[in-house]
Amino acid sequence: MERKAIVLNSKDNVATALADLASGDTVALEIDKKPVSIKLVSPIQFGHKFSLANIKAGTPILKYGEVIGEATQDIKVGEHVHVQNVASTRGRGDVVKAVAK
Amino acid sequence: MSFWGYPRPDGSVGTRNYVAIIPTVVCATPTARQVSDNVKGTVPFLHQQGCALTPDDLAMANRTLMNLALNPNIAAVILISLGCDPMDIDGIAAGIARQGKPVEKLVIQEVGGTIKTVEKATTIARQMVSDASRVLRQEFDDTKLMYGAECGGSDTTSGLGGNPAIGAAFDILVKKGGRAVFSETTEFIGAEHLLARRAVTPEVGDQITWFVRRYEERFLERGVDMRGTNPTKGNIQGGLTTIEEKSLGAISKGGSETIQEIYEYGERPTKGGLTIVDGPGFDAPSLTAMAAAGATVMFFSTGRGTPLGSPFVPVIKVTANGVTYEKMKDNIDFYVNLAEKDHMADIGAKLYAEALQVASGKQTKAEILGQDRDNGLFIVGPVA
Repeated sequence: MERKAIVLNSKDNVATALADLASGDTVALEIDKKPVSIKLVSPIQFGHKFSLANIKAGTPILKYGEVIGEATQDIKVGEHVHVQNVASTRGRGDVVKAVAK
Repeated sequence: MSFWGYPRPDGSVGTRNYVAIIPTVVCATPTARQVSDNVKGTVPFLHQQGCALTPDDLAMANRTLMNLALNPNIAAVILISLGCDPMDIDGIAAGIARQGKPVEKLVIQEVGGTIKTVEKATTIARQMVSDASRVLRQEFDDTKLMYGAECGGSDTTSGLGGNPAIGAAFDILVKKGGRAVFSETTEFIGAEHLLARRAVTPEVGDQITWFVRRYEERFLERGVDMRGTNPTKGNIQGGLTTIEEKSLGAISKGGSETIQEIYEYGERPTKGGLTIVDGPGFDAPSLTAMAAAGATVMFFSTGRGTPLGSPFVPVIKVTANGVTYEKMKDNIDFYVNLAEKDHMADIGAKLYAEALQVASGKQTKAEILGQDRDNGLFIVGPVA
């Protein structure tokens, strides 16, 4: 059976969809060879990410076992994780500028 | 394993056999294009720089054009300058000649205008193509190759499949003793610690970190928010959320071998094995950096699909996005099926075999469709 989504590292708090998934779908995943299932609360497009846990605002988002940014708001398990609720902490000249003012 | 390539006087081996028409400055670019239109077998390097540059950018443009001309895929070179431009045509020509490569230079203001320059250059180019055509392909060990890697028009699949496949092909060549280079410093941001860890010495590791910091500082100093610029709008639509996420996928195209050195943009690595050259994530000038580094076959992973090739170096387009592959078969050379993601070494071996064919003369889609003309030069600015 083709995988509907993939978790790249056991430390990750997000999974990546390998197909277009609908809100309400239950997605079977494998983390550290153990089966895990996540019920989606948003539609997830191919290539986009969803949360594996409830994530508090300010928490690092992990993919590939590495930090890819920070949650800018609380994120529910199964929710779409993208630019609306995650921000980069790098190359942020706007932040430097705001602090300087 | 072996491939069929063109022997060069400096001991390097080309995968193509072009006469390059290189303008030093944009004012000579139309002339270079006209010369190339006249003579089959020539390839122009069409760029828009070469004047009003800071001293750092000027030095970068000079070394980039010289090292580009030294790429083994080029048999002979005609340089065309305007005359009043600040570029060092004599220095570039001397550097090319030192490696035993035939080179001629023409200065438009001295020759006396476009028509006379085109006539003179056309005459020289005709002879150079005739001479180059007598060089025949010979069989060489695959370790004589130098690979380059690029990613552009990225989406999530680039990090999951396209780049890891290229990295696996890189690993095969580097393990055998061949050379490989990758770039795109912007797309190391957030992943530089992983590259630094793979450096041959702690000093080289520190240098990698420093190059990335220098790049990021350009955004910080100007108060610019990199979000929306990189990752691009298309990257974000394709599921990439932040530069960190993009970088973590991008660096996998460099494989897993030890990084010997990091070089400035336009430099030619002197170390063997796997190296990095500094450069932007912007595809066109990045491809130029790797051509100048001496890459003779390049891989280019693209989740969303981009046609862009490179003037002197065959570029193999790789995608792991099935929809993109179906839609853009005209442009994509190699498909990585994500269902086989757990067998990346096998996929890398297939890509490696494809690269040997391309090195031996098989035309890439970017070459066949003429998508390999406009790469240009990188500048940091400001422009005066």
